[in-house]
Parts: sequence; C-alpha cells; structure tokens
Amino acid sequence: MLSLLWLIPTLPFLGALILILTGSRIPQRVAARIGCGSIGLSAAITALVGYDFLATGQASYKFTAWTWFHVDGLSPGVTFYLDSLSLVFIFVITFVGFLIHIYSTEFMQTDEGFARFFAYLNLFVCAMLILVLADNLVLLYLGWEGVGLCSYLLIGFWYSEEKNGYAARKAFIITRVGDTAMAIGLFVLFSVFHTLNIQDILVQAPQVWTIGASSAVLVGFLLLGGAVGKSAQLPLQTWLPDAMAGPSPVSALIHAATMVTAGVYLITRMHGIYELAPLAQQWVGIIGAVTLLLAGCSALTQYDLKRVLAYSTISQIGYMFLALGVGAWSAAIFHFMIHAFFKALLFLSAGAVIMALHHEHDMFRMGGLRKKLPVIYYTFLIGAASLAALPFITAGFYSKDQILWLAWAGERGNLWFFIAALTGAFITAMYTFRMVFVTFFGEAKTHISHRPGKRMTIPLVILAVLSLIGGFIELPHTLGHVTLFSNILSPLLPAVPLREGVESTEWTLQLIAAAFSLGGIYIAYIFYIQQPKLADDLQSATRGVHQFWFRGWDLDALYDFVFVRPFVYLSKWNKGDVIDRFYTLLVRLTEYFNETFVRTQNGILRWYIMSIVAGAILIITISLFIQP
Amino acid sequence: MKTLPIESGLLLAGVLFTLGLISVLIRRNIIFMLISVEIMLNAAGLAFIMAGSRWVQADGQVMFIFILTMAAAEVSVGLALILQIYHQLKTLDSDAADKMHG
Repeated sequence: MLSLLWLIPTLPFLGALILILTGSRIPQRVAARIGCGSIGLSAAITALVGYDFLATGQASYKFTAWTWFHVDGLSPGVTFYLDSLSLVFIFVITFVGFLIHIYSTEFMQTDEGFARFFAYLNLFVCAMLILVLADNLVLLYLGWEGVGLCSYLLIGFWYSEEKNGYAARKAFIITRVGDTAMAIGLFVLFSVFHTLNIQDILVQAPQVWTIGASSAVLVGFLLLGGAVGKSAQLPLQTWLPDAMAGPSPVSALIHAATMVTAGVYLITRMHGIYELAPLAQQWVGIIGAVTLLLAGCSALTQYDLKRVLAYSTISQIGYMFLALGVGAWSAAIFHFMIHAFFKALLFLSAGAVIMALHHEHDMFRMGGLRKKLPVIYYTFLIGAASLAALPFITAGFYSKDQILWLAWAGERGNLWFFIAALTGAFITAMYTFRMVFVTFFGEAKTHISHRPGKRMTIPLVILAVLSLIGGFIELPHTLGHVTLFSNILSPLLPAVPLREGVESTEWTLQLIAAAFSLGGIYIAYIFYIQQPKLADDLQSATRGVHQFWFRGWDLDALYDFVFVRPFVYLSKWNKGDVIDRFYTLLVRLTEYFNETFVRTQNGILRWYIMSIVAGAILIITISLFIQP
Repeated sequence: MKTLPIESGLLLAGVLFTLGLISVLIRRNIIFMLISVEIMLNAAGLAFIMAGSRWVQADGQVMFIFILTMAAAEVSVGLALILQIYHQLKTLDSDAADKMHG
C-alpha cells in the first residue's frame, strides 16, 4: 500500500491538468466530479497509506520517482518522503481539502469560472502535498512557490475587480520577500553540507555545528524569514487580511487550514537546526508571542466577518510559532491540525452566511441569524467555541492548553511567553464571541436570499464534529492522559523537557486558562448582548486606539511610506529608462537622416541630373586640389 | 597636312558638352533632353578624336565608334521609353513622370 504514495500528489495534479486543458468546454457537473474526485481519491489513498504506515510501524518510507536534475554535486530527486510529520499534514490537506472541494461545488455553482476555480484548487492541493512530502529542500521549494502561485491566482480569482488584483499582487510580493530569505538560507545550507536532502542535513548538522554556531543561527533566521512570510507573522503579516478578497472556500483552504501553516511545517521539519540555534528558536517564540497579541487586538476591532477570521488565523499561527519557539514541536503540529478543522469550519460557515446575505461582509449588518440559519449557527458556534478554547469539550482547548502549559513549564519557556499566550487566549475568546453575538443574535438586519444546501452543510457538520472530538486523541495527563497524537510523532520530534518542580502547577494553570477564556466570552456577552451601548461608548472613548488596531497597527501605512512610495517615486523618475536614452538617440538620428534624404528623392529627373553634375564637379575639384 | 591645334578642338568639345548639359538641365520636353544627351555624347566623342589625332593613336577613333554604337542603342531604348511615357501620361513633360519618386 505504501507504494501508492506517489499517487497522492499526482491525482490532484492530473485533475488540475484535465480541468486546465478542457476549461469551460465541459459541463459543470463533470468539472465538479473531476475536481472533487481527484482529491477524494487522494484522501482515500492517504487513509490506506496512513493505515499501512502506522500498522507496520516503520519510521519512514521513501519513494523516488526520478532524479530531477544533476548539477555539480546537487542532484535533487523527485522523491516523496513519508514520516509521521508529513502523514499528519497530508491527512489534513487531503481530508479538509476534500470537504472544502465538496462545499465549493455548491458555493461556486453560479460562477462563470467554475472549472477554472477547481483547476486552481486542485493545483494548490498538489503543490501543498509536494511541499510536505518533499524529501529535499529543492522539491520543498517547488511546492512552496507552487502554493504561493495558487494563492495568488485564487486571491485574484474575481479579477474583474481591481482591488482583488491588488490584494493578490500584495500577497504574492510580500511572501516573495520571505521566500528570498529562505532561498538564501538554502544556499547557505548547501555551501555547508553540500546536499539539500533534509534527512542528510539533519543527521550531519549536530556533527558540523556546535550549539549556537553562527552559521546555524544564520540559517535558522533565514528559514524563519521564509516561514514568517508564508505564515503571515510579524512583520510580513499584512498580506493575509487583504487575501480575504478571494472566495470563502479559498480562504478556508489556503489562508487558514493549509498554506499559511507551511511555515510551521518548515520549522518543525528543520527542528534539528533550531535546536542548534537557540537564539533563532527564541526569536521564533518572540515573533509568535508578539504576533498573536497584535493580531488578536486587530481582530477585536474589525467589522468584516472574514477579516476577523483572517486576523484570528494570524493570531493562532502565532500560537504555533510560540510553541515552536519553546521546542514544543508536537504541540505546534497538534494545534495546526485542530486549527485546520475549526478555522476551515469557521470560514466555510462565514462563507455560507455571506452567501445567504447577498455577499454582505459587514457583521453589524447581519444579526439574528440564529433562528434563520440554524445549521450554520450551530456549526459556527462549535467552531467559535473551539477557537475560543471553551474548556473541556472543544478540541481547541486541548491543543491550546498544551501550548500554554509548555510555554510556562517547558525548559525554554518563560513567564513572558506564558503571559502573552494567556492574554492572547483571553482576547481570542473575546473577539470570537463578539463575532458570534453580533452575527447570530440581536435583530435581523438583512434579508436572507439563499439557503445553503446539503453540499454545503454536510462538510460543515463533519468539520464541526472533528472540531469537537479531534482534541480527545491528545489529553493532558491531568485529564485522562491520552497521547495518541504525540505517540505518532514521538519518534521524530523530541518531547519537551520540563523545568523542575512545575508538574504540580499544571492543574492551576489549566484552571487559569479556562477562566481566562470563559472570562473573555463573558465580557463579549456583556458588551454585545446585555448592554450593547457599552461597546459603542468604549469605541468612541478609545477612538484613536480603535482605529489604529482596525488598520492593523498601521503597518500597511508604514510599509507604504518606507517601501512602496519611494519605489513608485523612483519608478516614475526612471519612467523613460535612463540607459535606454542612448538607444533612443540612435533611433532618432536615423529617423532624422531618413526624413532629410527622403526629400531628395522627388521623382523629378532634372533634379537628379543636377545632383550628378554637382557631385561630378565636386569630385573633379577635389581631385584637382588634392594631388596624389 | 596642317593639324588643328588641340586646344581649339578641346574648347569646341567643352563648349558643346556644356551646351548639352545646360539644355538637359533646363529642358522639360523629354525628346529635347534626349537630343541634348546626344550632343553631350558627341562632345565627348570629339574630345576623344582630338586626343587620338594629337598622339597619333587609333584608340580615339575606336572609342568614338564605341560611343556611336552605344548612342544608337541608347536612343532606341530611350525612344521606346518616351513612347511609353507619352502613351501613359499624354504629355512629354519629364516632370510629369514623378509618380514613383524614383
């Protein structure tokens, strides 16, 4: 069964190929079947391969398709490498991807670009699978850029509106900044190890580098640059809120569940290097902690339902980075998986709400949807509860609790990380339930035009179930101590050594975390249900801060001032292309002579004779004066 | 036999050539232009004859016969062209044939 591994990325690729070649010539039903079928088959094969892999209990499986190229010692193969880490990722990508594909068949059914949409989506899944299955960093980079391309294509899917195209370009260019850092990181790695095979590098790294070696730290920071760009962390997070210009299923799949977590995957995959570069690892944690707070504050002030979710995604990935920063690799991956479930669920529910209300994005014009869209309400509520880490029943609680606990108790954790994570949990609960209360409670403000059908609700229900029970495969040892998930990952990712004398505090911390998330929900309840006037008062009292957070800490304006405007100014100045002036001059000169001499060719015979005579006289005169 | 001084012969050739040249330049009638070209050719021929007689060589007369032959050929082609021009343009004005700027 394991030998079927190569089919997992190939099937979506074939699906994309067929859809691109046939385009809109095939009927929508066929396009939907090709689009969903390829991912569905891929998911089925993933289940088979995963079962086989876990049953046989081997550490890794490698499938080499062919050698990509061979240049001066660098010969990356198109080789797929399956271990427990990539297994978790391909599981999430294919299954969540499949559900989102099903949902999209209904969501996009009135759209002209139906086949194009599925072609891009299939291509994205293929690129993402290549990214996580890659055996060497060159192939990983191919997938990395592939998902970037698909993200660009899908953000700008409705390209007839100018702002969507702008958002797409913004996302592409900003992530490219990080990718450049990552490419340089790969060059440094190659110059040190003379290979880009991930396993070889991880094996050799401890022999070549001592802990804290400067080139290890350099590589750590450069790879972090790539991860920061892709995963929308500080300071490159500004593209993600604008990326919401794409269709909702795209936001769910690419900008919440899978692609944006590629940075988490990269750092986890290269964890051996970060263990040798404590400084870089510490910065991973710091970036995560700061990002989760900043994005959380911004999420509190948004009006657009999808932008709240976008900021919340940035914030949750901040949690994952925080976990990576304290060396809690397995906790980060666990949170990734649970986050993929509930955030995909939230985005898809939000998409259903937006579709039901004539593409209305502003939450404050929604209201009262609880009675009208009950299925959406309950699924959204479950997703929100999971995001807010509602204690004991939701998966989000268990995954986030693990990060909180290790941020405090882990050997590399400290009080500041813990406080940031705890404050973040409080803010998360607050903005999540603000969203729920404003959207689904209160008076109805917009008429419902379209009720979601089965193809939209069934994926929602499945994801809702996963968002609840997904957490029970990994329970802290104060609450049952189930370690199914970390057992799978333990051969690959080392466990976090705890500080001494902290075990006894675990209960206390869990209660504090639970209290904070419940407190956040309660405050949202006071502000948006009990006394809605309070929220308005607070907003007008803190107008400046509110606006500042609303604009995402004004980073857009800062970048606009520091990078965009000088660049535009320079481009305008150099519009005529200074170097090109010389060549333009040559052309002008030729044209001038041409115009002059054209006039002498007037067709009058006597004029020509005159020229001949004048020429002859001139030559004779010269020959008389210049004696040989 | 009394020989003609070469200076006067060459002077005659020069004057004839200049006259021919001037009339080519100022005449618009294409037949007159052809005749003027003939005059110029004959002036050149005269210059050859004079040179031949001065140095007592047969080359000058050979060249003259050559020029004569060429002039005959040129006139036959030229007259055919003039006929065509007149047929096309209904005029003998050379300036009228400037349509192609050639």
